[in-house]
Amino acid sequence: MSVNLDEIKPDIVHDATGTYCPVPITELAKVMKTAKTGQIVELLADDEGAIQDVPAWCEATGNEFLGYKDEDGVLVFYVRKTQE
Amino acid sequence: MMEKKRKAVALYSGGLDSTLAIKLIQNQGIDVLAVHFYTGFCITETKRRRGEKKPDGSHYMNPALKYAAKYGFPIEIVDISDEYFDIITNPKYGYGKNVNPCIDCRAFMYKKAKEIMDEVGADFIISGEVLNQRPMSQHLQAMKIIEREAGVEGLVVKPLSAKLLPPTIPELKGWIDREKLEGIKGRSRKRQLQLAKEFGIDEFEQPAGGCCYLTDENFARKYKEVISVENRISRDDLYLLTIGRHFRLPSGTKVIITRNEGEGNFVRGLKNRYWFFEPVGKGAVAIAKTIDGTEPSEEDIKQIADLIARYSKTEDGKINVKYHSPEGKEGIVLGERLEEAILESWRI
Repeated sequence: MSVNLDEIKPDIVHDATGTYCPVPITELAKVMKTAKTGQIVELLADDEGAIQDVPAWCEATGNEFLGYKDEDGVLVFYVRKTQE
Repeated sequence: MMEKKRKAVALYSGGLDSTLAIKLIQNQGIDVLAVHFYTGFCITETKRRRGEKKPDGSHYMNPALKYAAKYGFPIEIVDISDEYFDIITNPKYGYGKNVNPCIDCRAFMYKKAKEIMDEVGADFIISGEVLNQRPMSQHLQAMKIIEREAGVEGLVVKPLSAKLLPPTIPELKGWIDREKLEGIKGRSRKRQLQLAKEFGIDEFEQPAGGCCYLTDENFARKYKEVISVENRISRDDLYLLTIGRHFRLPSGTKVIITRNEGEGNFVRGLKNRYWFFEPVGKGAVAIAKTIDGTEPSEEDIKQIADLIARYSKTEDGKINVKYHSPEGKEGIVLGERLEEAILESWRI
């Protein structure tokens, strides 16, 4: 099932722009802790490497990576919390 | 009655030893959560900030994150950079080779791991340390001090060297079988490579230990120089040690000259905080900082322009250099290529 990223309504938005690996991930992990199972977190980052990191983090933690889009150099990631 | 399923948290660098340590424990039916600490001294972070990529065009990746995903460990990446800074600048047990304060650093990481252990209801801690592999932190006496400092005595299992160490609580209580752990000692990697093969670990970080600046010789030299000349170091100073070529002028003023475009972009972002120098035309740029935070002298400014001329590629060795202070003071000065002998005597 493909997800239309433009239609996603995130429950929590977190801005990690200006930080570099692994800080966007430590930030994402922190925010995900505050989210409830099933909720969607939107993470903003401009470290291009996050395109590799966010899916890897989701894989290692068992959360669902929904996709990302590039909005004028700001990368917008969507992650659904599926693990407590 | 079913025995409670035991759980461990593992200090995880992404290197082969800590990966094997996790595998050895997972194989005994223990749930393992890998924990990786972001200390603020991460080489991957600097590479990313500079926009450096691997030859194949992919980004450098934090090894812990990469291999946790590849080998299927749950991982927690925790930012400890604020507290870690105090440990680096004021280690109770001093520094090891380079500026890695081994004992304080390990003790702090164990303490943090213990907090996570309690938080997630785990029973013990795993570390990939190998006995006598690194001289300072990894001999028995130091291990004891570290565990006492951290309040984790008997709770840290080192699966790779376990058979050479006193039994830990998880072994004594029968949660794990000591016989199935290893007795590795020293620098040879032979047994580790054998285990890697057995566990199907076909890719890992080379060389081991990878992502930390504090074990890097060049970083250590620059760090010690700042301490000896300025008697103190700030967080900004520390981050600056990870970029550029460093020089100390006769007045004591510190100059950092960029080596590539990525560093240039990074240094431009610091224009509001340091005196900034750039050639009129292409070439390396520089920032400068006097010891007491006052303005650089005219002599300093001329010397910085000469340094920049040395790294610009004009034929006659001359180039105009613009400077800009955080307060908005501006000017232009002629840089004339500095003699190599002088350059070397200023180089840190």
